[in-house]
Amino acid sequence: MDRIPILKMGDCLLVTIQVDMHDELAMSLQEDLTAQIAKYASRGVLIDISSLEIVDSFIGRMLANIAAMSRVLDAQTVLTGMQPAVAITLVELGMSLPGIRTALNVERGMALLQEFIGDEVESDQGDDTEE
Amino acid sequence: MAAFPEIVRAHETAILSGWMSDMAASTRRKDLINDSDLQAQASELLKLFSEASQASGDVQSDAFAATRSFLKEIAKTRMEVGFSAAETSMFVLSMKQAVFNALRDALKSNPSELISEIWIAGTVIDRLAMLTVDTAVGFREQTIARQQEDMLELSTPVVKLWEGVLALPLIGTLDSARTQVVMESLLSAIVETNSQVAIIDITGVPTVDTLVAQHLIKTITAARLMGADCYLSGIRPAIAQTIVHLGIDLTDIQTKAKLSDAFSLALTRMGKSVVALKQAAASTQRAKEV
Repeated sequence: MDRIPILKMGDCLLVTIQVDMHDELAMSLQEDLTAQIAKYASRGVLIDISSLEIVDSFIGRMLANIAAMSRVLDAQTVLTGMQPAVAITLVELGMSLPGIRTALNVERGMALLQEFIGDEVESDQGDDTEE
Repeated sequence: MAAFPEIVRAHETAILSGWMSDMAASTRRKDLINDSDLQAQASELLKLFSEASQASGDVQSDAFAATRSFLKEIAKTRMEVGFSAAETSMFVLSMKQAVFNALRDALKSNPSELISEIWIAGTVIDRLAMLTVDTAVGFREQTIARQQEDMLELSTPVVKLWEGVLALPLIGTLDSARTQVVMESLLSAIVETNSQVAIIDITGVPTVDTLVAQHLIKTITAARLMGADCYLSGIRPAIAQTIVHLGIDLTDIQTKAKLSDAFSLALTRMGKSVVALKQAAASTQRAKEV
């Protein structure tokens, strides 16, 4: 079964969703991610959804759940690169994802995470992820 | 075949002068059209009318094609100079009196034929008058449709105020169709310009009801989901009162009274500030001296 790769970068975990999310994939991502946060004691999670073009209420709730679970495990979640169409759909579905921080792109999202974690040492690595 | 066209033709000059004097008494607009133009229009119409009705009694037939296009042209030019649709149709209808007078004089001896001729002629003239009303209304509808399109295009300009700061000055009433356009253009502009802050200015929005407020909240939430901060500015005192009375909750949204306030907040949020040139120069000077 396909799984969404989770990359560890210092204190942060990086998830880029490159394929269309279906429900099973979302469930396995939720399991993998919580396991990884617990394993590495990560402080931040960055989820990039710039390639995601279709969302439904399930995926929206999934994202909210992931943020809530990460917070329980003491990790901040930043969602980056949401497409306008996706944003409109989520709003029309009544899901404003109140607990999730957002950023326009991975670069800004990484900067935001570093700010929260307050770890300046990691900033070099943050830049590397762009390439 | 009806006999009235022949009679009209024979008494054209008399009908024309009768018609002109009728119009002078009732529907004449001296401020919009001069006598010679009116005379020319009337005589041309009368000529076309008598010729066409000799061939056919149906206004929609080919025989009336020239009359129809002439009337359409008249209706159009009259709309442009400021005649109302009613006045234009009265111009055609006022022909009746003169035509009927001529028929009465010609058919004095035969009342039953007179009645039937008057009926036929009256029907044709009525139809022609309806045609001018149709044309006038159609012309006005075209104008309205064009202006609606223009408004939709003009109404959603996304302006870049600074690197990373967008403004969306909204002018006019917001409805569902327009807010959809507003939302889409703002969100795609955020992606294109990679902006962190967007300011929606509602100074030009005359009223805010629950629906408009809901649309604004949706737009702002969508912008936040994409990772941009969105401020609402230009809230007039009356609108602030309305919002509170309607019980609309804007606590999650950063609001400012003026666009300038929102802009300075945006600059602060981005870690920038605007300083006067003199001050800046003085501080550089001091820095050099130190």
